[in-house]
Amino acid sequence: MLLQQLTNGLMLGSGYSLVAIGFNLVFGVLGLLNFAHGGVFMIGAYVGVVLIVIFKFNIYLAILGSMVVCSVLGLVVELLAFRPIKKEHHLAPLIATIGLTIIIQEAAIKVFGPETIGFPKTVEIQNFNLGPVRISSVQILIFSTSILLMMGLHFFIKLTKVGKAIRATAEDSQTASLLGVSINQITVLTFIISSALAGAGGVLIGLNYNSVHPFIGMNMVLKGFVIILLGGLGNVTGAMFCGLILGMIEVLSVAYLSSSYRDAFAFLTMLLILVIRPSGLFGLRIHER
Amino acid sequence: MILYIQSILTLIGINILLALSFYLPFSAGMLSLAQAGFMGIGAYTSSVLTTKVGLPFLPALIAGGITSGIMGIIVGFPALRIKGIYLLLMTLGFGETVRIFFLNFEYTGGAYGLGGIKQETNICNLYIFIFLLVIFFLKITRSQIGRTFEAIREDEGAAEGMGINLTRNKIFAFAMGASIAGIGGGFYAHYAQFIDSGSFGIPQALEIMIFSIFGGIETFWGSIFGASILTILPEWLRPLKEWRLFFYGFILLLMMILRPRGIIDKHLVGSLAYKWKSNKQVRN
Repeated sequence: MLLQQLTNGLMLGSGYSLVAIGFNLVFGVLGLLNFAHGGVFMIGAYVGVVLIVIFKFNIYLAILGSMVVCSVLGLVVELLAFRPIKKEHHLAPLIATIGLTIIIQEAAIKVFGPETIGFPKTVEIQNFNLGPVRISSVQILIFSTSILLMMGLHFFIKLTKVGKAIRATAEDSQTASLLGVSINQITVLTFIISSALAGAGGVLIGLNYNSVHPFIGMNMVLKGFVIILLGGLGNVTGAMFCGLILGMIEVLSVAYLSSSYRDAFAFLTMLLILVIRPSGLFGLRIHER
Repeated sequence: MILYIQSILTLIGINILLALSFYLPFSAGMLSLAQAGFMGIGAYTSSVLTTKVGLPFLPALIAGGITSGIMGIIVGFPALRIKGIYLLLMTLGFGETVRIFFLNFEYTGGAYGLGGIKQETNICNLYIFIFLLVIFFLKITRSQIGRTFEAIREDEGAAEGMGINLTRNKIFAFAMGASIAGIGGGFYAHYAQFIDSGSFGIPQALEIMIFSIFGGIETFWGSIFGASILTILPEWLRPLKEWRLFFYGFILLLMMILRPRGIIDKHLVGSLAYKWKSNKQVRN
């Protein structure tokens, strides 16, 4: 029973990680929270549904298509809410992205309607028994896709020259620009990558919960907050692990604690972490922003 | 029509209180998203006191403010250690914890909310309180406390080096902000006559922050202006019907691009004050 719950949590959490990594990537490079990330995530889920239902794509193509659409949307977010506002105003982008989130959410309500829709059945559900644990084919799909994308991102950031430039910008953008890194290009690229991950996460989490509605973005942003706090702000690997941890915490608290307090539980964990270890479980240094 | 204008004016007044409650800790360098939570604490405390204990409105209102202020002190101590984004997230977490507490607390109605509150808020008592608060803000801006807050906001280390007691001043700012929010909550509860935990959640916390930053966070006039304009704006946008929120978002985005400091900044206040003074001299 416990093992089963942990596995379910792990599968769900891998989707959270995907979204939180993008959130954290942008924070690392710009030092700013991108509220519109949740909106992008929500659009990603809807694009997946549309591609599957109307264009009869299979799930892999739908994930890919959603990533493409979301990266374009991420570009729009950068151009509207971050590019025109000068660096020294760090509160204005926060409000601008909230404004943009409202716009995206309202647009989604206009186009898709405010009601919850189920995710179309595209994957044949088969259950595999691994000892005491039962895993469905959907869960395997979600987990393997997320892990694949995260590994891809990890190696991209660690091994390529562009990845190095992203890390340098996150470390110290002024020095990086002195050394010939184009901060604007890196920022745009970061938004594209993070939004593409959010798009994939949107499809996968929609598949997992089997429901999509225009307000999933806001919930996801809050979960993203908790994850990047646990993992350490700007720490991509930390976000990866803490997404998995949050998924497990959520599933376990639903299974063993009273369900009405489960949201409070996540936030209480966050409060405790902040008081005891403000740099997060995996954080090494505290950004002073 | 008069009733309509009255209710709009009351809402503006309550939102002004909340925006000012955000501004005060911010003026000492602390970004707090817990104001909706403090508002909830004040609203529930004062409503319980008027409906279940039978206290008159004014003492209940003050008690709500004091309870919120005490919670503010309790939250303020851990908040001393962290700042910036961390503080924002911590206060957000606290606000959400308060909401979930009231959602599950049976004594105050739990998920059903607390009803049967008498309508005690009117434009008169609300705006008298705002007037007193404005005088308070005018006094402290030019006083030692105001300058101390400004020093802490600009550079904490330097302020401490100059002999400023960080702990006392920051806790004071945070607790004062919390009790203003609590009183705002009390006014809200005795205007709406019904409260439930949903009125004090994250959307409200964000809205309060938007009031202040949209209006301009450099002076308290910005908070007053932002709260007023953003309360009226949805009413003005009413002819747009279902596109209303869409345009609300659009205006937020546009104004932040055009005026990232908010609509009213120090420069604007300075030049307006100068004009007003020179006009007076001409008349004399």
